[in-house]
Amino acid sequence: MALSAARIGRRRAANAVFVGFCFVVTALALAALALILWSLVAQGVGGLNLKVFTMATPAAGTPGGLINAIVGSVMMCLLAMVIALTIGVLAGTWLAEYAGESRYGSMVRFLNDVLLSAPSILVGLFVYEILVAPFHGFSGFAGSVALALLAVPVITRTTEDVLKLQPTSLRESAVALGTPFWRVIRTVLWRAASSGIVTGALLAFARISGETAPLLFTALNNQFFSWNMAKPMANLPVVIFQFALTPYPDLNKLAWAGALIIAVSVLGVTIIARIVSRDSKPS
Amino acid sequence: MSTAEISAADPAFRRRASARGSGLEPLFRGACFAAATTLLTALGGVLVALFIGGWPAIAKFGFGFLTNVTWDPVQDVYGAAGPIVGTLITSALALLFALPVAGGVAFFLVELCPPLLRRPIGTAVELLAGIPSIVYGMWGLFVFAPVFAKWVEIPAMGAAPAGTFWASLVQGIPNGSGILAASIILAIMILPFMAATLRELLQTVPAQVRESAYGLGATTGEVVMKVTLPYVRRGAIGAVMLGLGRALGETMAVTFVIGNSHDFPKGLFDAGSTIASTIANEFNEASGLQASALIALGLVLFLITFTVLALARLLLRNQARV
Repeated sequence: MALSAARIGRRRAANAVFVGFCFVVTALALAALALILWSLVAQGVGGLNLKVFTMATPAAGTPGGLINAIVGSVMMCLLAMVIALTIGVLAGTWLAEYAGESRYGSMVRFLNDVLLSAPSILVGLFVYEILVAPFHGFSGFAGSVALALLAVPVITRTTEDVLKLQPTSLRESAVALGTPFWRVIRTVLWRAASSGIVTGALLAFARISGETAPLLFTALNNQFFSWNMAKPMANLPVVIFQFALTPYPDLNKLAWAGALIIAVSVLGVTIIARIVSRDSKPS
Repeated sequence: MSTAEISAADPAFRRRASARGSGLEPLFRGACFAAATTLLTALGGVLVALFIGGWPAIAKFGFGFLTNVTWDPVQDVYGAAGPIVGTLITSALALLFALPVAGGVAFFLVELCPPLLRRPIGTAVELLAGIPSIVYGMWGLFVFAPVFAKWVEIPAMGAAPAGTFWASLVQGIPNGSGILAASIILAIMILPFMAATLRELLQTVPAQVRESAYGLGATTGEVVMKVTLPYVRRGAIGAVMLGLGRALGETMAVTFVIGNSHDFPKGLFDAGSTIASTIANEFNEASGLQASALIALGLVLFLITFTVLALARLLLRNQARV
């Protein structure tokens, strides 16, 4: 037993090291992330004022705000979501209801998963090649398409997942009533899966609203307020990027304010998505 | 009523047999199929568009594009070795830093965390995974870089004995931005994502498996290292590669702090560049061969990340969907 006591001691010591390591790194990670959020709030709140929400982006040294960028971001994200929801819900439905285990279906599923984490800057380059270069101009539309391409995989994936969660008996009973299958999908399955699809849409929205890289070469930026999506359009992420890299403290301050606005909206949308999905889970 | 009275020829039967709107079925099915195909075309389109756009540069520089270190818009000579190596080094270092920490956080949440804190910390980690990368980049530039220069770079350069390996490792300008700084910011950015994914995987281990290990007298460390982690090893490798894929293609968190120099980085504190940061910085001012070279760089990034992500997905298949 003496041998085993020594062995137990060794194992306990190893375990203490392991547990200690876990505690320390968790504390470190949470501290680092808290630090980031804290500096975001501290610096961002200092830059927030009424002008941010009422005036367009300024030149250095003049007063100004971010309203053109906020409006541009919202418009581009909304249009992107309309495109992405159309394609994503239909594609997800096809994968869940029609594709089955077919080879083409597995291929689409696989490539969708790859697209889910593809580098966003490449999507920007792609849209530049197909929409900006041929039409000789940056535009809000091009920005929307780039964002939509990033949102589609998320929506496709969640739509497929939640449709597959619906019980087969639901489909069978609707079909047994003589309903054509597309109406079964539209009136029964989509309705049953609606909160899951909404969750996916919200998560996709949260993801694209902070994306900077795909907008650099598509929507570009615009110093002035504009509703025109056929022209270059201001948007929060690119404004933040450009203002943060200038040497002017007032522009840096606006960049922090913009970053805070984006982070708060992303967190807000994510939290709403979590609440929606929690309510939908059968208790 | 005899059965003969209801025949297929009876108009009443036909009205009943084909429900309203059944003619639209092929249309709906076609629309769904078209949407799925659009998705596929998009990925193929990215590859084709990058190849066409990058072709002038590929044709001119050939294979040397990958190995040449000169990136000189004035002479119109472009070699991608600097950004490619920068991308690989920063991602590898970020993974090296983030992996043990993410593992520790996931183990903590699954095995050690008091139940009262499990949900808040778990939720916080998941929420942080959604913060836009530009926020991490800005924090890196304004908050992290000055501190890093003062407390890490300058002391490390002063302490390294001249002429040794260490001195060459810490070469560079101690201004807080460079290869190592970018790697650390990247690590912080991918950390919540990797921790959340690993945690989700570890939660798929059946309770009986864990409990039997504990029942045999295994310590917490042994349960994690010898039972639950091996149980999900394929998925765990997939999750790590997903994190790597993110790090490779990340633009904003890196561009702020890497220093943006095309030269081959000489040391950890030296300024460098990644593929994504080079494209982000130069593409809007580029034209002609330079634009083409940048798109060719994008193609290289596409091929690297596609390989990594495809491997990750193959490994994650049949595991928790993340």
